[in-house]
Amino acid sequence: MFEIDVTGLGCPHPCIQVKKEIDAGHLPLKVSVSVGAPLENVTRMAKSCGLNVCQKPCAEEGVYILELTKA
Amino acid sequence: MVLIIIVGLVVGAAAILLTALGNPANMGFCIACFLRDIAGGLGLHQAGVVQYLRPEIIGLGLGAMIIALARREFKVRGGANPLRRFVLGFLMMIGALAFLGCPLRMVLRLAAGDLNALIGLFGFIAGILVGIAALKSGFNPGRATAQPKINGFVYPVILFGLLAALLLKPDFIRFSESGPGSMAAPVLISLAVGLVVGALAQRSRLCMAGGLRDTFLIKDLHLLWGFVGIFVAALAGNLILGKFNLGFAEQPIAHTQHLWNFLGMSVVGLAAVLAGGCPLRQLILAGEGDTDAVLTVFGMVLGAAFAHNFGLAASTAGLGTNGRVAVIAALMILGIMGFGHRLCNKAKA
Repeated sequence: MFEIDVTGLGCPHPCIQVKKEIDAGHLPLKVSVSVGAPLENVTRMAKSCGLNVCQKPCAEEGVYILELTKA
Repeated sequence: MVLIIIVGLVVGAAAILLTALGNPANMGFCIACFLRDIAGGLGLHQAGVVQYLRPEIIGLGLGAMIIALARREFKVRGGANPLRRFVLGFLMMIGALAFLGCPLRMVLRLAAGDLNALIGLFGFIAGILVGIAALKSGFNPGRATAQPKINGFVYPVILFGLLAALLLKPDFIRFSESGPGSMAAPVLISLAVGLVVGALAQRSRLCMAGGLRDTFLIKDLHLLWGFVGIFVAALAGNLILGKFNLGFAEQPIAHTQHLWNFLGMSVVGLAAVLAGGCPLRQLILAGEGDTDAVLTVFGMVLGAAFAHNFGLAASTAGLGTNGRVAVIAALMILGIMGFGHRLCNKAKA
């Protein structure tokens, strides 16, 4: 599984970086993302790309792990 | 998507309500104008007609803080190029005061028939497109990291201090006796509306720059619906109250210099993309623990003080020579900030 860490990045950089990975065919992809707007934006963007999104909280507070897989 | 539309409608309606209750025309909400008034209230500039500690700003930050705490989204973070964020806030204010409004007021002016705001919107879009080009060229936003919890409460404490000063009216706080600064809805209503809008904006991530940026950049219309909601609600309110007046001339607190309306909002659009959000979004982020956003807000306040101390702000007569030089300089500085890394990369190669 490919991995990318976009925690701490402001809008819209988490989406830009994750989209680059998706476009490069790096799937399935594990994304570490900060809670709040980045989490919602990346989830929405991945779903709009037709991907399945599995969301779970990370051990680190305020961070979620997203697993993006082909539908 | 339903939430963001509802929030947009509520913000638009709230702006009409505040105007009906005493705020200046087409200025139910204007983050740039209100921060400028606060700068004046604190004596940071000497423009006697724009001095008031606007309770809406206090409410927006505290509303965002309360809802972020309740939903466990109050995350204290910072360190993503804080000095750059300060400068971006400063420049954003220079552009906004050349146009006479932030992006939120631009939409409110548009909803009242002020076509100068349409020119501003074109400029705002142009700035956002240039900002997107900067992002695509590899602009590095920096990465925020967790900070001690206490840092996140600095901004709310400042807001409580402003609230105390507003209510107690000590001698050193200035209140306009005429002009836009003297026009205000009742304090408690303004504060309550600010709290509600702050909470809703935090939940919906409402951002005037983000709506257009995401539409062009990642074909995501989500945030744009908030923009549309504000326009629709404000337009309906203005039509019902007979405040809709289509045209360029004789618009309240506006000027008709198209070039400077366009370039002023270009500055705001570009700075907002590089800073990660419009002035409203910066206030909300500041309230939910983003210390870089706090510095952006401080930059805006200092920008307002400079704008009025050095004649950089526009008036209804238009933008003077100093302001024109400032807008051009702001565009050049933003160009260097957005694309400077490419020159550095070439020099290294």
